[in-house]
Amino acid sequence: MSSANVLYDAPGPRARRLAGIGGGIATVVLLLLLGLVVKRLSDAGQLAGALWGPILNPSDESFKPVWELIAKGILATLTAAVLSIAFSMVIGGVIGVARIMLGRWSRMPIIALIELLRGLPVVITIYFASRVLPDLGVNLTGLPGGAGLWFLVIGLTAYNSVIIAEIIRAGVASLPRGQSEAALAVGLTPGASMRLVLLPQAVRVMLPALISQLVVILKDTSLAAVLGLYIELLRQGNLIALNLDNPIQILAVVAVIFILINYSLSRLATWVDQRSIRKTQSAHIEGGPAEVG
Amino acid sequence: MDAITENLSLFGSGFLRSLGICVWAAIGSLLLGTVIATCRVAPVAPLRVFGTAWVTVIRNCPLTVVLFGFAFGLPEIGIVSDFYKFGLAALIIYTSAFVCEALRAGINSVSAGQAEAARAIGLTFTQSLSQIVLPQAFRTSIPPVGSVIIAMFKNSAVVGAFGVGGDLFSVGESLTSAQGYAALPVLTGVAVGYLMITLPAGVSLGVLERKVAIAR
Repeated sequence: MSSANVLYDAPGPRARRLAGIGGGIATVVLLLLLGLVVKRLSDAGQLAGALWGPILNPSDESFKPVWELIAKGILATLTAAVLSIAFSMVIGGVIGVARIMLGRWSRMPIIALIELLRGLPVVITIYFASRVLPDLGVNLTGLPGGAGLWFLVIGLTAYNSVIIAEIIRAGVASLPRGQSEAALAVGLTPGASMRLVLLPQAVRVMLPALISQLVVILKDTSLAAVLGLYIELLRQGNLIALNLDNPIQILAVVAVIFILINYSLSRLATWVDQRSIRKTQSAHIEGGPAEVG
Repeated sequence: MDAITENLSLFGSGFLRSLGICVWAAIGSLLLGTVIATCRVAPVAPLRVFGTAWVTVIRNCPLTVVLFGFAFGLPEIGIVSDFYKFGLAALIIYTSAFVCEALRAGINSVSAGQAEAARAIGLTFTQSLSQIVLPQAFRTSIPPVGSVIIAMFKNSAVVGAFGVGGDLFSVGESLTSAQGYAALPVLTGVAVGYLMITLPAGVSLGVLERKVAIAR
């Protein structure tokens, strides 16, 4: 109830009684709603064993192939996400450092690039990559994983590298001024000060934000399913559902997998954040690991 | 550039359609997000559990999965509608979880001393909430809620890509695929259309932020 402290007094007997009654009513209403959903599902025959069997029943003949396909989908989603975050960190690192270190005028084009890419929907950058690159004669079909994977990775990288550039800027900005002053005072060049003093500390501060961005990227890989580019987890699920005619059940599984992975990553981000605050009392980025997806 | 100038009216109507999705989804998600946030801070435990579950499930699920759930799941249980309504509903539900968290962060940022001081000078519960706590919480919430809404504007393109028809994305798709225009100019036009929504929104949010900023 820590969040409610500012809103409420410590409850007295009357308030506790009211809260108890309110809780009872709320429980009944919520259970009724849940019951309504379950009834609707069962009326439509959606709870039938034939639809759930391929997912839940190991002796079902479809059980093994379905889970093999889902595992392939998870692997494909993770591949796209890991490639995207890796490229984004390299490119975003360069953009971020350039933005900090360049002079007032020469950083203008970089700021323009960041604002431009940040304002575009990711689905548009992915679509852009998939339609414009082939027109320009860029042929990616020979790459491992197929062209669709790389269009997805390029689109995700275009968007996320500028986000990471901004995270890096915020991380470096959060360090005490004395750090860069001291580095310059002992005779390091600005480049060496950035590389040896500022960035290593900033990465610690940025880690939670970077992990949260990984959650965003993981979720965004599923945009490939909307554009039909690449068979990742969601598209794989759709293909299975087309075969078995059980979209609700398969989508539920896909959702649960995404929630499990992303929830663990969010918890990891929070844990890293708390640990770094506890351990070093160091600066940390305002807002912590709250990601906007 | 001919592709854009020749089809300017098409781009214009696509822009308006996309803007319409953004406006309706913003209104819907702000309302629903407020309801969920109220649940999350309510003194009633079952409502808090419901609010927390809502936020945890939806925030960790891709928008596309929510969208597919609406478009392919609901017809299976006899709820049939067009993609526009399904898309809008999915966008509102998805965004509501983020709006809820932004509002809750605003409430959490008000220090307990404020409410204690309000009680100490004899304000009632309602007065303390309406005069002291919520006005401050509301002002602190504006920047994060604003970023959530701008992110939602961008997510509206996903709904477009899903095929509501007539919006900016569909215009780009039909001009390049069906009418054979080159992809680069057409998609640049589409991108500019979205930037015309997100960039001014970002600038106005910045202005608003400075206006409501509280010195602490």
